[in-house]
Order: sequence, then structure tokens, then C-alpha cells
Amino acid sequence: MTWTTVADVAAALCLLAGAFLAFAAGVGVVRFPDLLSRMHAGTKPQVLGLILLLMGEALRVRNLQVLGMLVLVAVFQLMTAPVAAHMVGRAGYRTGKVRSDLLEVDELTEDQVAGGAVRVSRAIVAQPVRPDDDSVVDATRDVTDVDGQDPRPA
Amino acid sequence: MTIVAIVCGALLSGAAILALVRAERGPSMLDRTIALDVFVTAIVGAVVLESAFSGRTDTLPLLVVLSLVAFVGSVTIARFAAVEPEGEGRVRTVEEIATEEAALRRAEDEALLDEARLEQPLPDEKEERS
Repeated sequence: MTWTTVADVAAALCLLAGAFLAFAAGVGVVRFPDLLSRMHAGTKPQVLGLILLLMGEALRVRNLQVLGMLVLVAVFQLMTAPVAAHMVGRAGYRTGKVRSDLLEVDELTEDQVAGGAVRVSRAIVAQPVRPDDDSVVDATRDVTDVDGQDPRPA
Repeated sequence: MTIVAIVCGALLSGAAILALVRAERGPSMLDRTIALDVFVTAIVGAVVLESAFSGRTDTLPLLVVLSLVAFVGSVTIARFAAVEPEGEGRVRTVEEIATEEAALRRAEDEALLDEARLEQPLPDEKEERS
């Protein structure tokens, strides 16, 4: 049993694990109920699966130049996946696609409510700093609270 | 080795198909962004798998390009995400599109009739112009 056989077996295991994690990400994206959990499935298992696949490839090809390229791809994934997930999560929160009934902890909404924000349908809109500023109040004309009352100060 | 290749290929194509299902269903643009991200990563995995089992390494620059494109695409769509009205992200059926187009055509006809009525100029105006 030479070391190339060992490397091939390790490569096969890495490729299998990586493909399985990619499949798990696909299942999670289809079956999870809301945007944030789908984003979780689409980023974390996905990146680990891709890195496992790249490791399998590196173990199989055993070439220093190829290894450099694969490390570049892996580092790039690790750098960009959090940025993309952050952008998607922030946009989802601002456009009201986060279901607060599914959240265990929602510190952002708590802080915003404590800071004087009001709820517009399901999105959060900041309350104007000066309530007598007409231009800002106009932007929140269609305000309706969760229980149908107008939460604007009289 | 062939069995490993077949199993990996099946898992990766399953992931790609599931991602496409979510991209079709996805109630909002952001869900579709995530689904297409997963889809692109499945394609990257397929390229890696192919190069691992055939031993060719000239397809590896594709990986860098694909991950770049996926990143730029999802960040761009997330940056320009807007509040969508309820049911906006749904794919409409043929009947719904037909009724909507009929309503639109009726509105256009009425607008044309109104315009024709307005365009008949008053006699005073005609004299001023000539």
C-alpha cells in the first residue's frame, strides 16, 4: 500500500463528504421555512462542502501549482460568503422578509423599538428625530401597527 | 473510484436541482439569490469532481471566475432589493395574465376614446392658430 493509494482513498472520502454537504445545502434551501434559515443552509454547509471538494481534488492531483489555485478559490469563498450572506440578511431585514415569529432572539428589533422606531407592515422604518419635520413624517404616512393602531405620536 | 464519481455526481446534481426548485418557487428575489448561489457552488463542485477524476487541470481557472460571478451577483441583487408587494414574486398562470391583459387593453381603449374627445379643438383656438 503506497502513499498514492492512501492519498486517493482520502481524496475519495473528501469528495464524498463534500458532495454530501452540497446536497445537504440544496435540501436545506428547499425545505427551510424562511429567508434567514435558507441563507444559513446556503452559506455554511455550502462553504465547508466546497472546501472538502477542493481538498479532495488537491489530494488527487498532487501538484503544487494546482494546490495554489485551489487554495486561492477556498480563501476567496471564505472571504466572500460572509459578505454575501450579510448583504442578503440585511436586505431581507430591511424589506420585511424576516419572520420574527421564527426568531428565538431578535435584538435588532428590540433595540430599534427602544430607539423609537415604528413598524411599517413588516419592515422597520426609523422614526423621524424631530416629530414636527413634515418631510420625514410624510415618508411614514402609511404606518399601521401590528394591532391596527396608529403608533405615530399625536 | 468510478462508484465514488457516480455517487458524488448524483449528490451534486441533486443539490443543483433542489436549488433550481427553490429559485422557481422562492417567494422573494433574495430567496432566488440564495438558491442561485447554491446552484453556482454545485457547478463549481461538478467542475472540481470532473477534474479530480479525469486528471485535467486546465478547467481550474473556471472555479475562480465562477465564485467571483456568484459573489458579485448575490451582492448586487441584495444591494438593490426593494420591498415587494404581496404576491409580486409569484409566477402567474396563463389565465391570470390573460385577464390582466384584457383589463389593460380595456383601459387603453378608454384612454384613447377620452383623448379623441379632448382633441376636438374649440373653434376659437383654431382661428388663433391660423
